[in-house]
Amino acid sequence: MMSANEGEQSTRAAVQERFGPYGGRYVPETLIAALDELTAAWVEAREDPEFVARLDLLRKDFIGRPTPLYLVQRLSERVGSKVYLKREDLAHTGAHKINNAVGQALLAQRMGKPRVIAETGAGQHGVATATACALLGLECVVYMGTEDIRRQAPNVERMRLLGAEVAPVEAGARTLKEAVSAAIRDWVANVETTHYVIGSAVGPAPYPALVRDLQRVIGEEAREQALAVEGALPGRVIACVGGGSNAIGIFSPFVADPDVALIGVEAAGEGMDTLRHGASLGAGSTGVLHGSLSAVLADEEGQILEAHSVSAGLDYPGVGPEHAYLRDTGRASYVAITDRQALAAFGELARLEGIIPALESSHAIAWILENPGADGFDVLCLSGRGDKDMAEVVSKGAGG
Amino acid sequence: MPYMMAGYPDRESGLAVAAAYVDSGADLIELGVPFSDPLADGPTIHDAATKALDGGATLGTTLEVCRSVAEQIPVVLMVYSNMVLAHGGASGFARLARAAGAAGAIVPDLPLGEAEDVREAFTAAGLAMVPLVAPTTSPERRAQICSVAHGFIYVVSTVGTTGERAEVPASLAGLVAATKADATTPVAVGFGIGTAEQAAEVGRIADGVIVGSRLVRAAGEAGSPQGAADAVAGFLSDARVALAG
Repeated sequence: MMSANEGEQSTRAAVQERFGPYGGRYVPETLIAALDELTAAWVEAREDPEFVARLDLLRKDFIGRPTPLYLVQRLSERVGSKVYLKREDLAHTGAHKINNAVGQALLAQRMGKPRVIAETGAGQHGVATATACALLGLECVVYMGTEDIRRQAPNVERMRLLGAEVAPVEAGARTLKEAVSAAIRDWVANVETTHYVIGSAVGPAPYPALVRDLQRVIGEEAREQALAVEGALPGRVIACVGGGSNAIGIFSPFVADPDVALIGVEAAGEGMDTLRHGASLGAGSTGVLHGSLSAVLADEEGQILEAHSVSAGLDYPGVGPEHAYLRDTGRASYVAITDRQALAAFGELARLEGIIPALESSHAIAWILENPGADGFDVLCLSGRGDKDMAEVVSKGAGG
Repeated sequence: MPYMMAGYPDRESGLAVAAAYVDSGADLIELGVPFSDPLADGPTIHDAATKALDGGATLGTTLEVCRSVAEQIPVVLMVYSNMVLAHGGASGFARLARAAGAAGAIVPDLPLGEAEDVREAFTAAGLAMVPLVAPTTSPERRAQICSVAHGFIYVVSTVGTTGERAEVPASLAGLVAATKADATTPVAVGFGIGTAEQAAEVGRIADGVIVGSRLVRAAGEAGSPQGAADAVAGFLSDARVALAG
C-alpha cells in the first residue's frame, strides 16, 4: 500500500512536468490542489477505454479528423520543392485549437466541473472552447483583450452565438498576455467549480504536456499520411509558434526521427532589430510567465514586455516550455518572419492555391517561400483558416 | 502587518507610507515589489504595480524603501519569481535584499515543490522564506509547508486573489487553528481583510493580520505623500483600537 503522498508523486511522475530545466508549476498555492486533480484526471482518462473511444469518435465525427495532408502543387512550384500542407484549417471551427478544447472539455465534464473558462488571442481558441462547451452543456466564459476584440470581431460574435460569455480585458496592451492573466485570476477565485481550458502548450504543469498530448494527433496523422503517400518521412516539418501548440502537436511524433528537421516560425513583427516582435525563443531570456519557466520577452529588471505581431495568435511574450528545451538541445530550430512577410504570404497562398490561411500560419508559409527544401518533401502545418483575419489584412492594405 | 507597494503612487509617497507604518507601531511591513504580471493579486494591487512601473519604479525603488525603515521594523518583501530570476537568481537576489536590510521574502508564485532551491539560497543568505498556506491546501501538504517555514506562515484567508471582501470566511478559524497546530512559527492571515473590524476579528484567532489592498487604495487616493501617510496611519490607528476592543 502506498501512502497518499507516494500515490500523488507517482501520478505526477506520469505526466511530464519538466522539459530539461523548463516547465514547472510557478503558481499561487491556491491552485496546486487543482493542478494535482487535473493531472490525476488526465492520467486516469487517457487509460480509460471509454474516454478514449469518446474522444476518438468526437475527433472523427465532430471535428472531422483526420484532416488531409494535401500537396500544394502551385506553391511547391513557386518554392522550388515539394510542400504538403497539414490542413488543420479544415478542422471544425477552422483551426487546430478544437483538438485541445474538445479533449479538455471532456476532462472538465469528467472532473464534475460545470464551469469552463478560457483565454483567447485570435479568438480561435475561444471559439473552439465555446463550441466544445456547447457540445457538452458546460458554462463558458472567455477572457479576451479589448484590442483583440477589435481585431477579431467575427470570432467574438461566434462565441456569443455559441452561448459563451466574452469577458473583455482592459489591462496592459489588452491582448493575449493579459487575457491569460485574467483567466488565471478567475481560476484562483473559482477553482472549486471551474476548469481552465488553457489554449496553448503553456502554463503550469500539467498543461504543457496535456495540451501537447491532445494536439499530438496532428503529427501522428501527418506522419502516417506522409508514409502512405510518399513512402518516406518528410525532410522538414514546419509550423508557426506563438504559445506553440500546433507546432508541438505536429513536432512530437517526429522528435525521434533524427533525419526530420523541425522548424518553428515565430513572429518577428516589425523586425527583430525593434522591440516590436513576438520571438520569445529567438530573442527572449529564461524567465517565469503564467506558471512555467521558459523563454520570455522581459527587460533587464524582470518585467515582462509586450509582444507585437500582426497576428493575434502570435502576439504573446512567452512560449511553451518544451519548445525552449527543443531549442536548447538543437532538436528543433526556430526562425522568425515579419508582419510584412506574413501578410504577403497570406495573399500568395490564397491566389496560388485557393486557400486563405490564418495570419499565424502565414508566417510558416512566408518562411518556406524563401527557404526551399534540399531533398524529399516538406510538411507544413496550416494551423488555421484566415477568414477571421480578412478585416485586419484589408485594413493593412496588404494581401490583395 | 500592513502591506504597501513600493513606488506607488510615486516614489516619495512610498517612502512616506513606510515611515507612517513605523510611526503607527506596525509589527512588520510587507513590501510589494512592482511586477508587470502579478498572478496572485487582484485589481487593486495589480493596478498599483502597473502605475508604479509606469512611474519608473525598479527593484532599486523597493530596496530604497526597505533601507529607509529596516533598522526600525522587520521588512518582508513580496516578490514574484521572475523578479528573483532577473536579479541574479535566488542567491543574488537574497544578497541584494539582505544588503537593504530585508528580514524575509514571500514569493507568491513559488509553491512547495518549486521553492526548494530558492529557500536554500535565501536561508544561506539569512533571508527568511515565508510560505503560503491556502484553503485548498491538503492537510499533508500543509504540514510539509509548516515544517519548512521560516519567519512566519502566511495563511491565505480565502480562495481567490488579493483584494477587499465583504466578510471573513467562516472556515478561516478552522484553517488557522489547523495551521497553528502544524506550525513552529507564528501564523499570519492575509487576503481580503479590508476593515478595522475584520482585522480585529482575524487578530483574535491569528498571530498576525496582513492588510493589503485597502491600504494600497488609501495611499493611491490620497493625492500627496503626506496625504498617503495620513490615510494609512488613520486606518492603522482604527485597526489598533478595534484590536484592543
